[in-house]
This record gives sequence, C-alpha cells and structure tokens, in this order.
Amino acid sequence: MIAWLGEEGWQAVLLSLKVSFWATLISLPFAIAIAWVLSRKEFSGKQLVNGIVHLPLILPPVVTGYMLLMVFGRRAPIGSFLEDTLGLVLAFRWTGAAVAAAVMAFPLMVRAIRLAIDAVDPGLEDAASTLGAPRWRVFSTVTLPLITPGILTSAVLGFAKAMGEFGATITFVSAIPGRTQTLPSAIYGFLQVPGGETQALRLVIVSVAVAMAALLLSELISRRVARRIAGQ
Amino acid sequence: MTLSVSLRHTLDRFELDVTFNAPDGVTALFGRSGAGKTTVVNAVAGLMQPTKGRISVGDRVLFDSSKRISLPVHKRHLGYVFQDARLFPHMTVAQNLAYGAKVQRTKRDVAHEKRIIEMLGIGDLLSRRPGRLSGGEKQRVAIGRALLAAPELLLLDEPLAALDEARKAEILPFLERLRDHSGIPILYVSHSIAEVARLATTVVALHNGRVAQVGPTASVLSDPDSVPALGVREAGAVIRGKLVAHHDDGLSELQTCGGALFLPRVKGVEIDQVIRVRIRAHDVILSRTAPEGLSALNILHGRIVSLREGQGPGVMVRIACRDEHILARITRRSAQAMSLSEGDMIHAIVKSVSVAQGDVGG
Repeated sequence: MIAWLGEEGWQAVLLSLKVSFWATLISLPFAIAIAWVLSRKEFSGKQLVNGIVHLPLILPPVVTGYMLLMVFGRRAPIGSFLEDTLGLVLAFRWTGAAVAAAVMAFPLMVRAIRLAIDAVDPGLEDAASTLGAPRWRVFSTVTLPLITPGILTSAVLGFAKAMGEFGATITFVSAIPGRTQTLPSAIYGFLQVPGGETQALRLVIVSVAVAMAALLLSELISRRVARRIAGQ
Repeated sequence: MTLSVSLRHTLDRFELDVTFNAPDGVTALFGRSGAGKTTVVNAVAGLMQPTKGRISVGDRVLFDSSKRISLPVHKRHLGYVFQDARLFPHMTVAQNLAYGAKVQRTKRDVAHEKRIIEMLGIGDLLSRRPGRLSGGEKQRVAIGRALLAAPELLLLDEPLAALDEARKAEILPFLERLRDHSGIPILYVSHSIAEVARLATTVVALHNGRVAQVGPTASVLSDPDSVPALGVREAGAVIRGKLVAHHDDGLSELQTCGGALFLPRVKGVEIDQVIRVRIRAHDVILSRTAPEGLSALNILHGRIVSLREGQGPGVMVRIACRDEHILARITRRSAQAMSLSEGDMIHAIVKSVSVAQGDVGG
C-alpha cells in the first residue's frame, strides 16, 4: 500500500484519517447540544444562532479559512492565548486542519441531528419527566437513545465532509507534505506536477473507498439501531 | 389525601377558571372536547403553567402563583397515563415498568411490582417491546409504569379513548380495582358518561372552561341541571343494584331501590355483589298505573321530585326512589297529557336490552 501510494500519498491518507476522526469526535457533542437547543428551545436570537451555525456552509471555504487564521493564528487573540496557556498551536499544524474540518462539517452535523430530535415525540419526554426523571436524565435515557441513528448519520456526514475539506484547510494551515497536506490537497498537488496523474488517481480511489466504507458501516449500524428503536 | 385545584388560565380567546377538590377515589373530569379537561390535568402535572392559581395534594403544594411556587414536573410525584400510552419504544415492557424507580433511584419493591404486574395481567409481556403490543396491552403497561413510579396522585387522560369496545371492557375492571385499592386520588379525564358512571366517585363537569357541576357521581348524573354539560342524548342517572340471580334465559336479576331490574347477563359479577347501572334518560318510559301486557320487564317505582323543561320539546323528569334517583326524558306533550307534577307516584319502564354492557359495572 505504501509503495503503491508513495510516501507522500500514504502520509496524506493517514493525516486525513486522523484529522477527520478528531474533527468528527470534537464536533459531535457540540453539534448534539446545539441541535437540541435549536429543536427544543424557543428564545430570542434563535435565528441568529442558527445563522452563525450555518455560516460555514454558505460562505466560500477560503473565507472561513481566512477567518480562522485571523482568530486562531499565532499572533491572533485566541491563537496566542491557546499557545500561552495550553501550548497548543493550530496554525500550520495538523491540529489546525482538524479545527478547519470540524468548523466546515459542523453545520451538516447539526442539521442531521436536529432532524432526528425533531422526529422524537416530545410526549415521550413529558412522560419521562412525569415518572420522576430530571431534564438531563430525560435526555440521556429517552432522547439520546432515540436519536442514535441520527447521530451516526451525522458522524458519517461529518467525517466525509472532513475527508474532503480543501479550501478552508489550505487557507488556514497550508499544505505542508507530511504535516498539513491532507488527501484533497495531495491530489491537487499531484495534479499540478507533470506526470502526477497516476498518483492522483490512486489517491482518488482511496478517497472513494474510504467514503463508501464509512457510508456502508453507518447504514449497517443505524439499521440495527432503528430496528431496536422501532420497538420490535 | 385530597387534591385541591384552583386555577385560572387564558389561552388565546379561551378562558379557564376552575376550582374543585378531588378526594381519594376516582374524580372524573368530565366534559365535551374543548371544555378544558386536558389543560387542567397538564397544569396539575406541571406540563403547563397556569396564569394564576394553587394546586396541592394533601399539604404538599405543587403550584402557587401568589408564592411563586411551581414544582418541576419530575418532583411532583405523579403517575400520568396518557391517551396514547407513550411507552418508550426502545425499552422492553420490563424496562418501561422499572423506569420510574430507576430515575428516582428508589429501591425496587419486588413484591409490590409483582402484585401490580399480576393485577394488570402483563406478566407474559415483560420481555416484549412496545411495537409488538396491542392497544389494550400498551395501555395496561402504561398504567403499570405510572403506578410503579410510586405516585401520590394518579392522572388518567382518556386512557380508553383510543381503544375499541372490547379493549375497553378488558381494562375497565383494572381501573375499578385501582380505585378500590390504590388509596390515592385519581383524576380521570373522560368525555364518556358510561365510563364516568362506572368508575367515578366524584364528578367535576366542565363546560366552556368552567365547573358546571361538582359532587358525588350519582347526584351529579341525576341532576337535571347537569344536562347541558353532559349533553341531552347522554343524560342518565346511575342507580345501585344488588345482584340476586343469574337466570337460565340469559338475564341477570338485580335488586334496586325501585324494584327488580332484569339485565342481559352481567359478566364477572357474583351473587350479592352491588354494582352500578346507568339508565339513560331517553330509554325510560313513564306510566301512572302499573302497566300490564308490556314486553318491557323492568318497572321501577318512585316519586317525581322535579320536572324541568329544556329548550327543545323535552322535559327531564327526576324520580326519587329511596335515596337514589332516576332520570326520564319525555316530551312536553306527554307530560301535559299525563298532567305530571312534583310529588306524584310514577312507574318508570326500562327495556332490559337498552342497558349496554358498558353501563354496568362495579
């Protein structure tokens, strides 16, 4: 595999898997929380929150990447704070690529989970609270199990989006081979050099395979979960 | 323990202004759809915040707008059985039943659980999921789930409305047992007089967001003043009858205040047991003399205590026999022809088969 893809290609695949994994994992709890608030709560400014969440979906990715650089760059306010307190540097590191991918995947994940929460009968949650469950237990024992298929779908969507993220990533962390060169930027890079088409094509095949595998896996799991939830 | 409710709530153009007490036993919250029944129950449960009012169970205050008290739903210690059961679809029946104890972190009382599971006849369903239960089974599990949460107050919001007659007949006996053995106030929402007549100890009749009548079941149902709230077609009094015999021809004989009453075989009732029978006002014929040569078997004897004319051509006649009452709805023309007046002795004739099975019960 390493020989077939070449050192640079292989590194790009591993990096993209790592970046996408962390991007999905970190986004998920926030996506669930935001989706719950948007689905179940009424408050002034709800549309504003909704708009901000969806911003990365409609802005040009390059703009999102540039905004990330302005906020999380080493000399930017939050970026320098993170570096001083946690020693965490995002700009031009793989961690930054994960943040960029997470931000870009976030709206898709929120949408998928919100649809799932909307589909849960609030009457079931009422029933749980009449039986003595405080709100957080209602969520963990009723809402959360019932939206598991939606969460899985959202994780796969988020993972796929993170695997394919290009514009914001390359703007925020560039494409340094072995450090921040993800799968899409490696494909782009190979296409820029004469004779790189074969390498690019091989990486394309890997992308398709990873995406299909993730999709099939989530289908399998969510079908099993859905059967359990349908109360059969 | 007594549930005391006093609340005011305005929603759009609908105004609710309700005050009543629900003692131990079943208090039926009765009225047509849109009368505000479910709103009252949801306010007691805490699922809805009334504009003003006070709700308490015994000396425990659940809601008091003047003191800004409003206990959250999960601290009100209730059992709420919804019209649509609302079982958790991802849990088995056993897990549904155990849910209250689990979230309240109380120790499970296995003997108590067993008794309730047995009473509701759901022992064979424990490992099943709600998707594989019939409507009647779901509703029994929902009742069990509410009871096992150790409630101090039970709310039943039309638990039988979504079921067909056969399923209703399957569940009503459980509700009767619940009323006689649970020892907590039960608030029972219904728009069916048959259910109310059979189950309720107290009736609160709601009409357009206000309490139209409140009192013991027999007196509310036999009061001509409740007729507008109940609906004239459904009006009818409840009398008690002691079962004397099951006859071979398929009839059961009851001893009532006005004489013998023969009904189609009353199932599940033993000799000497006292049951309630609802006799609909429009099924009663009146006669001044004891009639002969009539196919109707039941001729009850009593004294007219009131005649009340409605808006239509009908007159509601209230007949007393000992301490009970029968209602008869006849035309104004008949009342004049017979020159009926208060204090007259009268015979009330009831056709046996007109008393439906749903109107008879413990």
